[in-house]
Amino acid sequence: MEQLSAWFTELLADNSIFTARTLGYYGEGLVTTVQLVFLSLVIGLVIAVPLSIARGSKRKWIKMPIFFYTYVFRGTPLLIQLYIIYYGVVFIEGIQDTWLWVILEEPFYPALIAFTLNTVAYTTEIFHGAIKATSKGEIEAARAYGMSKSLMMRRIILPSAFRRALPAYGNEVIFMLHASAIASVVTIMDLTGAARLVYARFYAPFDAFLFVAALYLCLTFAILYLFRYLERRMLAHLKPQS
Amino acid sequence: MKKLLTVTLLSATMLAGTAQARDYETVRFGVDVPYEPMEYRTPDGELTGFDIDLGNALCAEIGIECEWVVQGWDGIIPGLMARKYDAIMSSMTINEERREQVLFSDPYFTPPSAWFVPADSEIGKPNEEALKDRNIGVQRGTLQDNYATDMYGDVADINRYATADDMVLDMEAGRLDAVFLDFPVGKSTLLDSEDNDYKVIGNMITEPKEYFGDGFGIAFRKRDEDLAKKFNEALATLKENGTYDEIFNKYF
Repeated sequence: MEQLSAWFTELLADNSIFTARTLGYYGEGLVTTVQLVFLSLVIGLVIAVPLSIARGSKRKWIKMPIFFYTYVFRGTPLLIQLYIIYYGVVFIEGIQDTWLWVILEEPFYPALIAFTLNTVAYTTEIFHGAIKATSKGEIEAARAYGMSKSLMMRRIILPSAFRRALPAYGNEVIFMLHASAIASVVTIMDLTGAARLVYARFYAPFDAFLFVAALYLCLTFAILYLFRYLERRMLAHLKPQS
Repeated sequence: MKKLLTVTLLSATMLAGTAQARDYETVRFGVDVPYEPMEYRTPDGELTGFDIDLGNALCAEIGIECEWVVQGWDGIIPGLMARKYDAIMSSMTINEERREQVLFSDPYFTPPSAWFVPADSEIGKPNEEALKDRNIGVQRGTLQDNYATDMYGDVADINRYATADDMVLDMEAGRLDAVFLDFPVGKSTLLDSEDNDYKVIGNMITEPKEYFGDGFGIAFRKRDEDLAKKFNEALATLKENGTYDEIFNKYF
C-alpha cells in the first residue's frame, strides 16, 4: 500500500489537482455512491415486488393507499424528499431521545431512506405496468390448467412480467445512480461531494467535474452491460430463431 | 530658451506633485454604506460602524479632522484617484490587484473565524486531541473549510454544507459537535439565538495568512506615504492602549 501510494504520487507529480489525497476523496466517494445506490435498489426491489402485485388488487382499500404513495413520491422531486427526511425530522419534538435518532443522526441513513422510498415508488409502477400487460392468452391458459391465483401469479404472470420490465427497470437503476448525486447536499461525501470539494479547493471546475463525470460514465457502463447480459439471457425466447 | 521653459514647467509640475503630499489638516474618507456592522447608518441618518469609529479614533490620535464621503463601491478607487476624498476606509480587502493602484495601510481588521460548540460540550480547546472523531461543520468552499480540512481533516469528520443556515440547523439538531464559522455570522446565528445554547471555544482565529488573507486596509493614493505612515503609527497606538478593543467589542 505504501509503495502503491508512492507510485501514485510520482505518477501525478506534474499536476497540482489530482494528488494521491484528492484521488483518495474520489475513491471514498465512489465507494459511498455505490453503497448508497446498491443498497437502496436492493431494498427497494424487495419492497416493490409485493407492492406492485397489491397495486393491481381489485380491492380499493389495498390499491388506493399504494397508488397514493407512488403518486406522492413520483410527483415530488427527490431533493425535496431528502430535505424533508434529513432536515425536516429534526423538528419533531424530542426525536433526539428516541431510538430513531441513532438512524437519523448520520446523514447516510436518511439519504438511504429517501432513495429507497423514491425507487420503490417508481419500481412499483414499472412492475405494475408489466403485470397488467400480461397477455390474456397466458392467463386463460393457466386458468384452463386449473391453476390457483397464487400459483398462476408465481409461475406465469411474475416471470413473464419481470422479463418485460427489465429494460424499463434498467433505466430506473441508471436514474438512481444519477439521482444519488444530490446526496452531497446533506454532507455525504459521495462522488459529487468529492468533486465539489476538489472544485472548491482548486477553483478548477473542469478538472473536478469532468473527472467525476468520467467515473459516473464508467458506473453507467457497468450497469448497462449487466442489463444487456440479463436481457440477452432472459429475453432469449423473444428473439427470432434462425 | 525653449529648453529652459520645459525644464521650468517640468519642475513646476513636480513641485506641484510634491505639494500634493503635504500635511493634511482634514482627511476625507471614502466609504460605501451600508455594510453592517462595518459601516451603516443609524435610523436618524448618522454614519456609524466599526470603520467609522476606528477612522475617527485614528484621526483623533493623529490630531487631524476627519470627514466621510459616501461613495458607491464600484467607483470607490476611481474616486480616490479623482481626489474626491483622500483615503478609503470601507472594509477593503488588501490584495495584489488593488495594491497596484493604491497604497494600503497595515491591515486594521481581519474578519475573525471561531469555533462554536454547544454550551454543555466537553470540548475545551480546539486541537487535534479534542476534535478527534468529532463531527465538524463548515460551509463548503470557504476559507474555514480549507483551514479545518487541512488542520483536522485526518482526525475528525468534516461535514460540508451548502449554506450556513443548513449547518446551523444541523447544529441545533445535535448532529454536529462543533462548527467553524466567520465569527460575526456565528455570533448572530448561534450566540444571539433565542435559547443561546452555544459558546465559543479558543481564541478568534485570523492566522495563518495563507488561509485567512491579509484583512482590511485603509487605501491611500500612492504618493501619500507620509499619511499612510501616520495612520499606521496611530493604529499601533490604538491597539496598544485598548481603544481598538473597545471599538471591536462595541460591534462584534
